[in-house]
Amino acid sequence: MSTLAEPLPAAPAARRPPTDWKDPAMLARVRRRYRSERIFRSVGLAALVFAVGFLGLLLVTMLQNGLGGFRQTQVKIEAVLDPTLLELGSDRSEEALESANYVAVYTRAIRDSLGSDATRVASASGWLALRERVMADPALLGQTVEIWVPVRSPIDQYAKGRIDPDIPPELSPIAPDQRAAYLRLKEEGLIRTGFNRTFLVTSDSKAPETAGIWGALVGSLMTIAVTLALAFPVGVLSAVYLEEFAPRNRWTDLIEVSINNLAAVPSIIFGLLGLAVFLNTMGLPRSAPLVGGLTLALMTLPVIVVAARAAIKAVPPSIRDAALGIGASRLQTVFEHVVPLALPGILTGTIIGVGRALGETAPLLMIGMKAFIVDAPRRITDPATALPVQIFLWSEDVDRGFVEKTSAAILVLLMVLLLINAVAIYLRNKYERKW
Amino acid sequence: MSSTLLLAVAVGLAFVGYFYGRAKAAAFTPAGPRPWLHIHSRPVFHGWFVALAVAIPALLALGLWQASGGSLPSVVGPVAMLVAGLGGGAWAISRLEPSFRARTWVERAIMVLLLAASLIAILTTVGIVFSLLFEAGRFFTRVSPVEFLFGTKWSPQMAIRADQVGSSGAFGGLPVFWGTIFIGAIIAMLVAVPLGLLSAIYLSQYATPLARKVLKPVLEVLAGVPTVVYGFFAALTVAPAVRNLGLALGVSEASGQSALAAGLVMGIMIIPFVSSMADDAINAVPQAMRDGSLALGATTSETVRHVVIPAALPGIVGGILLAVSRAIGETMIVVMAAGLAANLTANPFKSVTTVTVQIVQLLTGDQEFDSPKTLSAFALGLVLFLITLVLNIYALRIVKKYREAYE
Repeated sequence: MSTLAEPLPAAPAARRPPTDWKDPAMLARVRRRYRSERIFRSVGLAALVFAVGFLGLLLVTMLQNGLGGFRQTQVKIEAVLDPTLLELGSDRSEEALESANYVAVYTRAIRDSLGSDATRVASASGWLALRERVMADPALLGQTVEIWVPVRSPIDQYAKGRIDPDIPPELSPIAPDQRAAYLRLKEEGLIRTGFNRTFLVTSDSKAPETAGIWGALVGSLMTIAVTLALAFPVGVLSAVYLEEFAPRNRWTDLIEVSINNLAAVPSIIFGLLGLAVFLNTMGLPRSAPLVGGLTLALMTLPVIVVAARAAIKAVPPSIRDAALGIGASRLQTVFEHVVPLALPGILTGTIIGVGRALGETAPLLMIGMKAFIVDAPRRITDPATALPVQIFLWSEDVDRGFVEKTSAAILVLLMVLLLINAVAIYLRNKYERKW
Repeated sequence: MSSTLLLAVAVGLAFVGYFYGRAKAAAFTPAGPRPWLHIHSRPVFHGWFVALAVAIPALLALGLWQASGGSLPSVVGPVAMLVAGLGGGAWAISRLEPSFRARTWVERAIMVLLLAASLIAILTTVGIVFSLLFEAGRFFTRVSPVEFLFGTKWSPQMAIRADQVGSSGAFGGLPVFWGTIFIGAIIAMLVAVPLGLLSAIYLSQYATPLARKVLKPVLEVLAGVPTVVYGFFAALTVAPAVRNLGLALGVSEASGQSALAAGLVMGIMIIPFVSSMADDAINAVPQAMRDGSLALGATTSETVRHVVIPAALPGIVGGILLAVSRAIGETMIVVMAAGLAANLTANPFKSVTTVTVQIVQLLTGDQEFDSPKTLSAFALGLVLFLITLVLNIYALRIVKKYREAYE
């Protein structure tokens, strides 16, 4: 076509005058456009501020409700550790000391040292403190000891100023005589508020003042240990295979599709799997950290595989070529050069996966870890509960004291997660290499 | 003897085998002027070869004995294990010589291990599908699938009382499915999509590098908070506030457990997810398109609204679908804030129930594994699994296709 070579016809003379930027209509239009620009921008900022503000509100609420859980109001009693009243024979073995009748001694101690009007001030489970004292030092038997025991939860709440003193007595959780007795004891200097050691060293209890998170914490740690012991090696080996050795065929495609889908399967489905396979088919013990760990391992596995593959992929091929070039086998290349170099990335991914597993509740509910358990588990096959499940259990209790304990347990859980993520960030910053 | 002890013995034997094999190989005398041509593998591999030859047969024997479940006399297990382990070890040791390709053997075993590890992902998927299908199948022999999918009355609790008129309970799943969609796909998305999208736009187009560096991780923290914490917050703070709002608006049925409270908190939980998907999609739009629009005199917001968002739309939609799939599978927030009453209502102040709430409700506490009540949880699980699976596959395909379009 030769038409292209011909000169273009001259452009028609502009029929419009040049744009008048000072024209009022034009100025108004520009102003409007800039206004909408500013609005758009502030709406975006507002969305971000709202999201961050919500996070702040959540944390502040938990701190407000939960910090009180780390403090406890206690009352001082004098207990006569009478071996006959304790129903102790001549036997001073640990079992005998553990099963002695502390309740009788405790009840008498309250009546004698606080007065008969104050029997409902000290916690009904306060005898546990007596037992702990005696177990630690059996020589105290037969003597009189002074001991601080927790007060009942409503009084504790009252002492912390969480119960409005002006609400009508029939609505108040604290009875008038209870309050009067408390105020009298306070006058006498028998009341103190201090650090709540009980919360950190005991396990679940029906009474908020003696409930603690130790058992749940141990259960969580055992569960996570099982998860880590299974998911980490399997995940890394699986990633090594897929990244370094797998041939491209239908089978490896299937493996990849499975891993990607497992990463998006709702966690509760893993709980159903655990229930159907580990409990009903294989007959493993219910509520055990072993089963919880197995279930969470299946859930964490895809996270670790994905992270490990990314880390392995980031190791430059020159490393492999060099190792192969001096005669290493492919496996030697991978396990002696590629994996050690990819390890920081793999560990970061693993820690993040484990952090997620640690906060997981739903699958553990399915395998029966929602249970009232008063002792910390000793083996991974003992019935146990986990920290998030303990939070859920307490959250169902309407008692004001448990609201405080729930929030305090949440603070502990968030602290643990914060610590874990800080470790992950530290590892990443310290060991990450840019090739 | 306990199986733990037997296991320890087997591992101990393997250790002994390892050191013996390694020592024997280290003592090979080089033959000829170039010994490396005659000694194929390093001593460690000989050691590993012997150790594996001891451990694998011994553990197999142990496993078989455990599987027999005590029908054989108790002496059989330890003896079989010892014979297998020592036999394997003797065979391995008899093969050790300078030209023996120990490394090849060991590496072959490791490759099998690698393959086995990556098959676990498939096994898990298969396990999920089969356990759900099997238990759901048992449920569907008692309740017809049509009733389950389209029935409008859900009250599985009646099923355990045999003297009741409707003693088989009512398993019409529609109210449960509706509640799930209402909370997870409607209310939560009404919160998460605008907030997540706007946050992503602000972070990627307007924020200074410093602000982005600070705000992005803070936003990610929202995704890292455990769901049980959100649930507690929803029940403690948000639900009463929503109820008061409902009463103030004149909704007399405003309930302490409402779809709105659960959906609101769930939406906020999903924000970082939507925002990071949207961020990816926006960043994948070629800079040339943005520059073209800006060069024509468009403001940043006009560029975003008329060029960037339409170009990124498939990626954003894919991200939203993934977010929906995550929201409907979310459990703790709805368990703690949404309630148990299976209402077929569009009133956000009323209590609705979801698939996950029902699964938790049906399977915690005492269970009898034959009642349709318990089995219905697996049928609900199957529905949930299938829906999330389809959503995920479809969304990932959209995202991938769109990414390729700009590469």
